[in-house]
Amino acid sequence: MNSFAAAQVPIAAYLILAAVLFSIGVAAFLIKRNLITVFMSIELMLNAVNLTFVAFSHMWHQVSGQIFVFFVMVVAAAEAAVGLAIIIAIFRTRQTLNVDQIDLMKS
Amino acid sequence: MSPNILAILPELILTLTGILVMMAEPCLAPATSRKPLGWIAIAGTVAALASSWYQIQFGTIHAFSGTIQVDAFSVLFHFIIGAVVLVTLLGSLDYFQGHATHAGEYYALLCFGSVGMMLMTCSVELLMVFIGLEISSISTYIMCGFRKGQATGSESSIKYFLLGSFATAFFLYGVALAFGATGSTNIYAIAHGLQTTATPYLAFTALALILIGLGFKVSAAPFHVWTPDVYQGAPAPVVGLMSTAPKAAAFAVLLRITFTGFPIYQHRWSVLMWVLAALSMTIGNLGALQQRDVKRMLAYSSIAHAGYLLVAFTAFPFDGIAAACFYTATYAAMNVGAFAVITQISGYEERARTIDDYTGLGQKRPFLAALLGFFLLSLIGIPFTGGFFGKFYVFTAAIHGGNIWLAVIGLLNSGIACFYYLRLLAAVYTKPGTEASARLNQLRPISVSAAVGLALAAVATLALGILPNGAVSFAEFASHSTLIEQGRQQCAASPDNCHLQLNFDDR
Repeated sequence: MNSFAAAQVPIAAYLILAAVLFSIGVAAFLIKRNLITVFMSIELMLNAVNLTFVAFSHMWHQVSGQIFVFFVMVVAAAEAAVGLAIIIAIFRTRQTLNVDQIDLMKS
Repeated sequence: MSPNILAILPELILTLTGILVMMAEPCLAPATSRKPLGWIAIAGTVAALASSWYQIQFGTIHAFSGTIQVDAFSVLFHFIIGAVVLVTLLGSLDYFQGHATHAGEYYALLCFGSVGMMLMTCSVELLMVFIGLEISSISTYIMCGFRKGQATGSESSIKYFLLGSFATAFFLYGVALAFGATGSTNIYAIAHGLQTTATPYLAFTALALILIGLGFKVSAAPFHVWTPDVYQGAPAPVVGLMSTAPKAAAFAVLLRITFTGFPIYQHRWSVLMWVLAALSMTIGNLGALQQRDVKRMLAYSSIAHAGYLLVAFTAFPFDGIAAACFYTATYAAMNVGAFAVITQISGYEERARTIDDYTGLGQKRPFLAALLGFFLLSLIGIPFTGGFFGKFYVFTAAIHGGNIWLAVIGLLNSGIACFYYLRLLAAVYTKPGTEASARLNQLRPISVSAAVGLALAAVATLALGILPNGAVSFAEFASHSTLIEQGRQQCAASPDNCHLQLNFDDR
């Protein structure tokens, strides 16, 4: 039992991985030029959050963090449905998905 | 009635209304008017407002294992959100007339969106706050792009969607870290956990991330970049709604999280609020000076008003919450009123966009012009309008809290703001040329329902300006109710500190 506990991955590893994933998501959101890739980077950020929740949930021995993750996943699915519909509407009116060309409203 | 049902009665009514409207929409023949569906939505909103009023007599209601807390604070915000939705519905009944869109969906989305916003204001559990935030956001993303054929509409929608989701991810990461630092996502449990937490820096990072997420939602600088584009491209009634109701809800959440969730870090987060408030006021007002498009100008103005509201966060808890509640109410009344006038003037086709398009309105449509003038004067903060007392209370609260310089920055900004509001007002009362005159003659006569909506907003703005006592005592009651509850929860958790927590009772 002891040897098994010693072999466990420390919580910090999960948190660092989640922080790195979140940062990659933020960077991709800012750098990428395709709307769908930008949208995917938001999903990456949400998954980083999920990983953080699960890690802390395990640390505190509380199931509430994992329940939060389920809600995040459900909401992310709803958001994806709406987001992709909006992206289709954009493509129909503009024939492009490049964020640099979606700039009708510069003052 | 079980306390669970009672606590979410307004949300329940609006959800059922939304479902009813949504189910009825495809049953109607494509060419028929969708106005009856709008009236159903209006009836539902009025019923929700009445049920909110009914909730007051029960004091503080706890429901759903402590995730929902209905108190004077949440009832006040329910009133603000319900009233904004009502004015928006009344103003948009004729908006879709003659345009083959599924207007029924719009009414249903308005109902669903307001459910989300109302849920945000009465949740003391961050999971519920998150769900409410998403219900409200997803509904507004769709409403932004409701004029599907127009490229600016879908552009506004995608920008709101991407930046809104980006902000939500920050908010969620903050919640996850707060859970890590305290072991709970309940606001009161977080407040209790923070006193003994082994990782204060994690908790403070959590608060900073939550502030970034909600800062996007209330369009505080430097998180404001999406606001001008989104407001410019979205339909006018939707802008009227989303510049007031979701912001009111986000401010309610911000007030609850900062003052009752993280009170022991007030010395730290009030510095952040100071910076956010100063930046928002300055960037908002300087940005608005350069705009010719009226909706874009009012978008910058809404950034500035978010800044004025953030000033209240630097005050003492009791003053700050009361001033913020009062300011939210006045801002909602005058801004939704201004956009209701713009809805009537520009119509579905957006006939009037720039300031020049408003030239001569005073001569052709004196009633609409006078109302627009009144709302603009209130946004400036002229005495005898709600805007004046709102600013007065916020700045007084800040000065009591020792933030004289922030109040000075706010007053200077109010001066700058005069320029752009008065420029629009001057255009309205300039003699029109032949071209402008011909365009104004095409304006449709204003319908009775829209006139009722405008009158509601105008009466609210005027009443908050000349008879503010009732609203101020309600705002103070709301502030009191949240702080009392915070004290009670802390006493229950740690009885030794009781006398410290109930000091504000003397007031």
